[in-house]
Amino acid sequence: MSTNTEQRGEKGDILLDMRDVRIDGFSDERWHEIIKGVDLTLKRGEVLGLIGESGAGKSTLGKAAMGYAQPGCKIKSGSIMFDGIDLMAATEAEKRELWGSRIAYVAQSAAASFNPAHRLLDQTIEATVGHNVSSEEDARKDAVELYDSLSLPHPNSIGERYPHQVSGGQLQRVMTAMAMSPRPDLIIFDEPTTALDVTTQVEVLLAMREIVERFNTAAIYITHDLAVVAQMADRIKVLRYGEEVEDATTESMLSAPKEDYTKSLWSVRALEKSESPSDDIVLDIKNIDAAYARSVKVLKDVSIKVPRGRTVSIVGESGSGKSTTARVLTGLLPPEAGTIKFNGEVLPAELKNRSKDQLRRIQMIYQMADTAMNPKQTVGEIIGRPLDFYHELSGADRDKRVSELLDLIELDDSFIDRLPSELSGGQKQRICIARALAAEPEVIICDEVTSALDQIVQEGILKLLLRLQKELGITYLFITHDIAVVSAISDEIVVMFQGEVVEQGLKSQILQPPYPDYTQLLLSSVPEMDPNWLDKFVEARD
Amino acid sequence: MFAYHLISRSLKRLCEFRELGGDRLHPVFITILQRLGLGLLTLFLVSIIIFSSIAFLPGDFGEQVLGQNALPETVAAFRRELGLDQPAWWRYIQWVTAVLQGDFGTSFSGRASSGANEARTVVELIGPRLWNTLFLAGMTAIIAVPLSLFLGITAALKRNSFYDRSVNAVTLTTISFPEFFLAYLLIVFLAGFFPTLSTVNDNTEFGERVYKIALPALTMTLVIVAHMMRMTRASIINLLASPYVEMAQLKGVSRSKVILKHVLPNAWAPIATVIAFNLAYLVVGVVVVEVVFVYPGIGQLMVDSVSARDIPVAQACALIFAATYIILNLLADVIGIVTNPRLLHPR
Amino acid sequence: MNEEKTYSAAGEVGQVRVRRSRWERIRIELKKAPVSAWFGMIVIAIYAFVAIFAQFLAPFGEAQIFPKADLPWAMLGGETQHFFGTDQIGRDTLSRMIFGAQNTIGIALTTTVLSFLIGGSLGLIAAINQSWLDQLLSRGVDVIMSIPSLIFALMLLSIFGSSIPTLIFIIAALDSTRVFRLTRSVAINVVVMDYVEAARLRGEGLGWVMRREILPNILPPLVAEFGLRFSFVFLIIAALSFLGLGIQPPTADWGSMVRDGSRFIQFVAYDWTLALPSLLPAGAVALLTVAVNFVVDWFLHKTSGLRDEH
Repeated sequence: MSTNTEQRGEKGDILLDMRDVRIDGFSDERWHEIIKGVDLTLKRGEVLGLIGESGAGKSTLGKAAMGYAQPGCKIKSGSIMFDGIDLMAATEAEKRELWGSRIAYVAQSAAASFNPAHRLLDQTIEATVGHNVSSEEDARKDAVELYDSLSLPHPNSIGERYPHQVSGGQLQRVMTAMAMSPRPDLIIFDEPTTALDVTTQVEVLLAMREIVERFNTAAIYITHDLAVVAQMADRIKVLRYGEEVEDATTESMLSAPKEDYTKSLWSVRALEKSESPSDDIVLDIKNIDAAYARSVKVLKDVSIKVPRGRTVSIVGESGSGKSTTARVLTGLLPPEAGTIKFNGEVLPAELKNRSKDQLRRIQMIYQMADTAMNPKQTVGEIIGRPLDFYHELSGADRDKRVSELLDLIELDDSFIDRLPSELSGGQKQRICIARALAAEPEVIICDEVTSALDQIVQEGILKLLLRLQKELGITYLFITHDIAVVSAISDEIVVMFQGEVVEQGLKSQILQPPYPDYTQLLLSSVPEMDPNWLDKFVEARD
Repeated sequence: MFAYHLISRSLKRLCEFRELGGDRLHPVFITILQRLGLGLLTLFLVSIIIFSSIAFLPGDFGEQVLGQNALPETVAAFRRELGLDQPAWWRYIQWVTAVLQGDFGTSFSGRASSGANEARTVVELIGPRLWNTLFLAGMTAIIAVPLSLFLGITAALKRNSFYDRSVNAVTLTTISFPEFFLAYLLIVFLAGFFPTLSTVNDNTEFGERVYKIALPALTMTLVIVAHMMRMTRASIINLLASPYVEMAQLKGVSRSKVILKHVLPNAWAPIATVIAFNLAYLVVGVVVVEVVFVYPGIGQLMVDSVSARDIPVAQACALIFAATYIILNLLADVIGIVTNPRLLHPR
Repeated sequence: MNEEKTYSAAGEVGQVRVRRSRWERIRIELKKAPVSAWFGMIVIAIYAFVAIFAQFLAPFGEAQIFPKADLPWAMLGGETQHFFGTDQIGRDTLSRMIFGAQNTIGIALTTTVLSFLIGGSLGLIAAINQSWLDQLLSRGVDVIMSIPSLIFALMLLSIFGSSIPTLIFIIAALDSTRVFRLTRSVAINVVVMDYVEAARLRGEGLGWVMRREILPNILPPLVAEFGLRFSFVFLIIAALSFLGLGIQPPTADWGSMVRDGSRFIQFVAYDWTLALPSLLPAGAVALLTVAVNFVVDWFLHKTSGLRDEH
């Protein structure tokens, strides 16, 4: 490489300085302020974690640090100085000079961000060569070294492949290599691991951190996951509704958060439920095999026992078969072999053969509350329909029961006439819970019900579910990939991997060593709030 | 319809078989074969539809063609010639074999109740007219395709500019116009410069031909450019919105390079589709325009044969139109396949 | 740590949209509608008015014949009571234009409604079924759509002959293939929604799922498509009539009026008003389709959520 950081400035110098940045976004036919006057400074070689819930404006702010307004946005006012260059005043051509040479960007969806028509290596070095940072030959050689240091398989030949020929985790690492290729002063990581499974995420995180440290590159790391940011960042800035909540070094932010909001981000970890064993089995799943449309088996000999009034969590990564298990239970996917017993009786395999009463007793809550409710129906209609359908309630009786249910989920009567689009994420999930409760079920299948929600809202939903279980004695079958949620609410845990049950047992048994190999890997891959967790992970692994 | 599956499955079988022999076919090749198979099948089904329509003819059709006072023997002979006394599948096989050999039968017109038969063969009727139509469509395409691609791409690149908005407004208006309205408007404005009747014959020279078809070609150009420009613009905008284009921008790649290196390689398939769609549209749009300008093309022939209920000619015209349509779309599909990196470079 | 202070379900404001009644929303949208949309709506309203009250508006009868033929604008010379003149057999052009509105729009509307009934319901069924029935319908539609509609219509007309009911049925059947494709593709996106699955898990019947869960959610694109299909059907019927194969005399209709007027066309170079007998009805067709397209364009822009702003 012809240039290095030493020539451009000392570590500790201010590299990026954003003052009172205001950004407008266009939605609902008008401009809204989505970043409301945020300051941001970044020193050379420093990694700043930018965290916040969805809609906090972190991604918009991250792109603005490059002087780039994403489509549908405009940077209204403020100053953005990058190493003495005023990005607010810079022309497009001047900014293009910086992008891809001194500032690089790593996007969330690697699969969509690579051009399907070009080889990975050509895309990796495109900016480096295009900006004359180095010759094509040098850049190619360097890219192979970068691939190697990012522990990509076959570093010499992987660059000859096309984007659709490698896996998501590998693509994300190639994108990191692409960002690093011109040896930029600053890299913006925009939720780079959000789309990955935990066990893949760990590898990508390690690779990214190692390379950023090695070249002493400054970085802005955008994520909604505090545990992830704790591994990557020297300093953390918390955003909410386009405003800064708190900005502190990672250690002090984790050990002594100042703002209530920041504290609340941690609180789900504080939620604890003590397990209680039970032998009263309500749902007995025996030796289930299942497959989608004559293709490969997705479930192999799955047996799960669900005790009454308890919470059983099924954990596993994508492709483990945990959601398929739910589809089999609901009758949407009749199994190829095996039986399901409900209260000691065999449950018909197919949905259409189940009685109305059997359907009523098993209810389901979905991950995306947005798509689980008909956008054209009001809350009253959504909750009212099962009352009418299963319990033949109508008129005033129905209205009365609807408001009782709303009360149960801590909402009031003013919500009855609202449409789903007029609710927030947490409220929507509450309405879905109320709809399930309206049927007066014995078992509720919760399919990743909190994973689309922001941390603070998650906690409220989990508390509600626990309270309802205590009051109404409902059984939960909780499907999730989030170990923190699992340890917070379960009595029993089932670990699944590639369509098979690895382990089932009480929470205390599963979460204590000794673990089977896969459980070990799964549990150890989940980032913890400890900034040294990644180091410990590497130590433990080696 | 199940034959679709049958064909693609047997093709796959075939390919697996080749694989066992160690001679592996490239997936692009396989996909193209499948597409061609489907195209042939579609053509086959279309020919059945076109053919079987004759079965819906009313019973007294012979009398209608030959006149009320036709002798019963003549009518019977006519029915026998049509083959109405034979099973449908047999007639179909005969018809298809004949068509494949370039024989579309004999026109109904020119028959008389007396049984005299001065009818010409369909091929004789269609031949010169098909050439005329292709000439008109070709002239139009030569002007319209480059023009609309240019307008569409520039409008997409200068999105929401004054240029884009005005091109958009004009084309939205033009696509809503019926062809005959555009034709008459052009006649009103340009009648002094170009002939309003495009009467050509076999002896018309090239230069005069071009002069005579100026107005119909211009009418068609206006219609096609409007459609094609809008579709091109939409597909380019779609491409520009893809994350890899944003990524390229954020890598500091210059605007012209973004277009050349990142948009264009992925644009062939949509652009081919747009062109094929519009050429197919052109072939159909020709019917009305030919009638307005009394141009002796196949469109006018079809209209005449339909009014005269001259079924063999109408069938032949329909088959030619449908085949053109299918082949153009097939071509677009093949271009889409050949330029698709996912298929070109399989895992 | 005080939980209640940081979180309460009802107080969770988020960025919740303001609640407005349906009428309020429509009023606001109309206020913001661009000039082109307003123009379109006004034109459509005028056409609808003329079509509905044709009997009262037309100065003369639909097939009433006057002995003396007049050219357009002859009234300006004070010689005649026929503002746009009369046609070749002496029928008042203005009255035929007005009755033509009723006939042409009426037939096109009937055809479009019929094609939506056929295509829409089959598309919905195919989207829900998604197995052999869907395959059968979709492949069948593929084949039918590989024959250009105008050509197919011409061929069918050569078999069945031209009468208004045959015309309506043939065009509706051919056009329903496009409605089928759209309905199916839109509905398939809705069918996979969790709320549809939730309704099925609840044990709801097919009718309820179609009527209450799917239909309300596919309505906006279908409404827009209705406008587009209407103008397409309107154009194809006008084209067929222009070719002499659509609506037959003595029924007044714009397409055949264009055809009738075209007898003067070779003299237009000498007197442009001779183009009027063709240009007037052709313009009437064009104006309506432009108006419909303007309104649909605006409506699509509203409902698709596509933001053109950059």
